[in-house]
Amino acid sequence: MARHDLENGAEGARGLILFWLLALLLIVTAVFTVTQKSPVYSVVGLLANFVVLATLFLTLDAEFVFVIQIVVYGGAVLVLFVFVIALLSSGVGPFAEGPNRMPRALVPAAFIVLVAFAALVYGLVRGPLATAAVHPSSAPLGAAGDAGVFGSIADFGAALFTTHLLPFEVTSLILMVAVVGVVMLAGDAPPERTHGSHSPQVRRKPREREPIVKAGR
Amino acid sequence: MLAALSLDVVPLWVVVLAKSGFVLFVVVTTFAYAMLFERKIMAWMQLRPGPNRVGPWGLMQPAADAAKMMFKEDLTPSTADPFIYRFAPWISLATAMGVFAVIPFSETSGGLWSIGNVNSGILFVFALTSIGVYGISLAGWSSGSKYPLLGSVRSTAQMISYELAMTMSVIGVLILAGTTSFAGIVHAQAKWWFVLPQFVGFIVYIITAVAETNRAPFDLVEAETELVGGFHTEYSGLRFGLFFIAEYLNMIAVACVATLLFFGGWNPPFGLTVIPGIVWFLLKDGFFIFIYIWLRTTLPRLRYDRLMAFGWKVLLPVATLNLMVTAAIVAFGG
Amino acid sequence: MSPYVPVAIFLGVAVAAATAFVLVPGLVARRKPNATKSEAYECGVEPTSDVGGRFPVRFYLIAMLFVIFDVEAASFYPWAVQMRALRVYGLLEMAAFVVVLGIGYAYVWRKGGFQWR
Repeated sequence: MARHDLENGAEGARGLILFWLLALLLIVTAVFTVTQKSPVYSVVGLLANFVVLATLFLTLDAEFVFVIQIVVYGGAVLVLFVFVIALLSSGVGPFAEGPNRMPRALVPAAFIVLVAFAALVYGLVRGPLATAAVHPSSAPLGAAGDAGVFGSIADFGAALFTTHLLPFEVTSLILMVAVVGVVMLAGDAPPERTHGSHSPQVRRKPREREPIVKAGR
Repeated sequence: MLAALSLDVVPLWVVVLAKSGFVLFVVVTTFAYAMLFERKIMAWMQLRPGPNRVGPWGLMQPAADAAKMMFKEDLTPSTADPFIYRFAPWISLATAMGVFAVIPFSETSGGLWSIGNVNSGILFVFALTSIGVYGISLAGWSSGSKYPLLGSVRSTAQMISYELAMTMSVIGVLILAGTTSFAGIVHAQAKWWFVLPQFVGFIVYIITAVAETNRAPFDLVEAETELVGGFHTEYSGLRFGLFFIAEYLNMIAVACVATLLFFGGWNPPFGLTVIPGIVWFLLKDGFFIFIYIWLRTTLPRLRYDRLMAFGWKVLLPVATLNLMVTAAIVAFGG
Repeated sequence: MSPYVPVAIFLGVAVAAATAFVLVPGLVARRKPNATKSEAYECGVEPTSDVGGRFPVRFYLIAMLFVIFDVEAASFYPWAVQMRALRVYGLLEMAAFVVVLGIGYAYVWRKGGFQWR
């Protein structure tokens, strides 16, 4: 299943079949996502797309990336999309009718795809990917010992917190800026209370109570 | 379990298939009796007899319920989106069942009693739970009705808020165990259960677990006084039942995770190794389910603004503080 | 064999079981729809308006904050399992990370971002 199995025999053939199957599914779900009229169907397609992509990561032994792909993209970013859909049009069905934007979007989209594909081919032919020696670990995925297993969470941590510490710390700054941005966008002014506070009632002493007045005759 | 069954004549995938079917059967049966258990316990706490008509002590009640659910009329509102309306309970149920793939139930000399002891363990559970949220949000949206939509958006916000605090609450355990695999975490608790050094994390986990599974007092999803049935208002018959099964399976799953992370899994207390590990595991699991039911009968439902504020302003900082303190102790002491 | 293979088989069985459960009502449940039954439920009153209407922007805010803090939480896992190796060094790294994000968190609190209205 793992990438380093691709080199040997029956396991390798099975891995290749799995790869092509997942790749095909990835493309099918992606096409489904962009061709839907109703935004919620797009969300479902994208969710399937994320899960397939995560599985593809798993076949490359990238266990941690697999989990993060699902938790962060599938579980967080996509929920945001669902909320945006609920915010904009809460009804079932497509967004308000409008001109079909597909033909106009086709040209820039095709351009981007071609450029990305060219870069990919160039990278494979000339870039470091083709020349770099791959050092696959011989340990099976998810073996008893955590560290030292290729792609494991422990190894990910070791790399992130020693060699690549700077990007990690910079991430915190980016996230903070994002938090401030979110509040500026959606948080606006401090809230006015619409439903009163309980604290004056709670803090009131018994002797501060309203005097009891006998009902007049 | 695997070792006992894997005869050379049987291909391994057949063994795994049989084991999967067995585990799922046990889990679904557990659901059925957890439901009866809940009704009986609630009845006992509220001084009434509870279900006692179907079979002795009402023991056949789950079967009767299941049969009734199946033959009930299956309604789809004309305003609904029929495909996603049917698809939503499927997501809820499949993810709720899937969690049990990575949960080890016990360990004997023959090996671990689990389908697959993956390294990502607890993270895998979180990944599946985060997909499970879509069952609720899509159900609410696709019903094409007001109450379900309100209920689902509300509960999705609740679930993601508490998911965050839940994530933070278990990181203390990961620091102490140094691994995310369930087996590794349980082995690290051979001497001391993590409930002692991680008491704060444990409390936060239990609270968030109740909120994650949408149970009382955090059952704002189905706050019948304001939202009728919440996200499943329009569902009837077995389709409603699927959400019901998913809710209970989630409850059993978080109880299993609590057992594994904080109560030493199948490790016996006080060195009572006479009783096998699986019995301890089930006892601890049952204890957590009992706590759940107890909470439901005792506490009134929270107000929504209080609920959100509690998650973000109390649980999240407390969990973060807990994990930083744990890290400091490990860094300087351990 | 990778332990994910049995997990995948289990998930396959779970998905098959869930699919069967979803299909059962179509086969055995009675179905006699009429106009009243297939109306959206509104406590017996005929629905007066479409589902439309807008949602408080607060839900959007919560979802965005969740995305941000979920990324933060995700970076805790690899750190936590390596904590015993990283020791004080790791503590200081994470302290810096948490403090910076804590400023953002305090800002949201101050601006009333966690206050539900």
